Amino acid sequence: MSGSGPFQDKMSLRVEQLSLSRGERLLARDLSFEVQAGSYVEIRGGNGTGKTTLLRAIGGYFRPREGRIVFEGVEEPSLALHYVGHLNGLKGGASVRSHLRYWAGLFGVVGEEENALQRLGLRAQADLPARVLSQGQSRRLALTRLVLAPRLLWLLDEPAAGLDAQGKAMLADLISAHCSAGGIALAAVHEPIGPTPTRVLTVGA
Amino acid sequence: MSAFAATFRRELSLMWAGGGALTPLGYFFGATLLVPLAMGPERALLAVAGPPLIWIAAALAMLATLERLFQADLEDGSLDQMLLSPAPLEALTLAKGLALWCVVGLPLALAAAPAAIALQAPVELVPAIVASLALGTAAFAGIGLVGAALTAGVRRGGVLIALIVLPFFAPPIIFGAAVAGGEQVGSAMALVAGCALGAAALGPIAAAAALRLQAE
Repeated sequence: MSGSGPFQDKMSLRVEQLSLSRGERLLARDLSFEVQAGSYVEIRGGNGTGKTTLLRAIGGYFRPREGRIVFEGVEEPSLALHYVGHLNGLKGGASVRSHLRYWAGLFGVVGEEENALQRLGLRAQADLPARVLSQGQSRRLALTRLVLAPRLLWLLDEPAAGLDAQGKAMLADLISAHCSAGGIALAAVHEPIGPTPTRVLTVGA
Repeated sequence: MSAFAATFRRELSLMWAGGGALTPLGYFFGATLLVPLAMGPERALLAVAGPPLIWIAAALAMLATLERLFQADLEDGSLDQMLLSPAPLEALTLAKGLALWCVVGLPLALAAAPAAIALQAPVELVPAIVASLALGTAAFAGIGLVGAALTAGVRRGGVLIALIVLPFFAPPIIFGAAVAGGEQVGSAMALVAGCALGAAALGPIAAAAALRLQAE
């Protein structure tokens, strides 16, 4: 299976009257929206308005107190999504290549490691331990997961953080290719990161 | 490569790169070899009281390795990725426990041979002591998974882990010390094996449940 689809299944995502809270504090109330296959949605909102909480709720990391998140066209949502959050999920002592090998095993895919390194421009760093990577390179390494295992829904939390111009262009290409193959990308961002969003969602305004 | 194998392999290499069994072994030898110095050179006294102390030293050495087991995964975001794997989280925690046993538990069991001799255990009992510790450290690893998972989100959770885990370390220590003391070796060994199997079966399940809550 190639990293850029096209996907056989069409999925859609529907959020119904979702209320988000962090601790005791209510962040958003009655949030409802629908996302169709092939969409790129930008989630905007100031600091602490619940962008990350929304992405993690969709990712299934916790059950929202009120409201529903409905996936159509997929059986097991957690196997159909990627989550790239603030934390890159790297181990300082392990090399770039061994991270890819581990993720490939973890996600049950084979053979895309070299392609993923190529697409994110990490070829030259493949044998370095993650500890010596810069912030932008660490972020690129986290983004290789998107190429490594093709999954329909991408949940990206400030994916461009730390990336240089070239890295941002690579990310924009990845998102465009993913959406034109029928995937969905949801990105929490503060400023546009390249691809034209199908819609812009503002939380906690 | 399956998710289980990938996790096991990664944990082995990370634990190995992080010093492997060096620290727990150093602790274990330090504790067991100080006993003859503290208790004096009287062989009869040492032969009675010494060998069971191997179990205390092994339990504490293993305890010291638990704090970072899942805390690191929670802090660096690895746990979020583990939850997106097609493999159940229980299988991944089992892989981590197995790696811990291979890197720390088995070396401790082997190190028990020289320690037992230094503590005046009868030489014919040494193989039984090593075997019982191999089983006992598996029990410690299984129980330790749960303590480590429950305290993954707690800063300096080491003391808390000890409070949670040490009561459950009691059964393998009781039966293991019986093996080391040379009383009813066969049945005591069977009971240690039972503890190991129970901990290996239930530990990963309980640890996975605790980790799912931590991911919130």
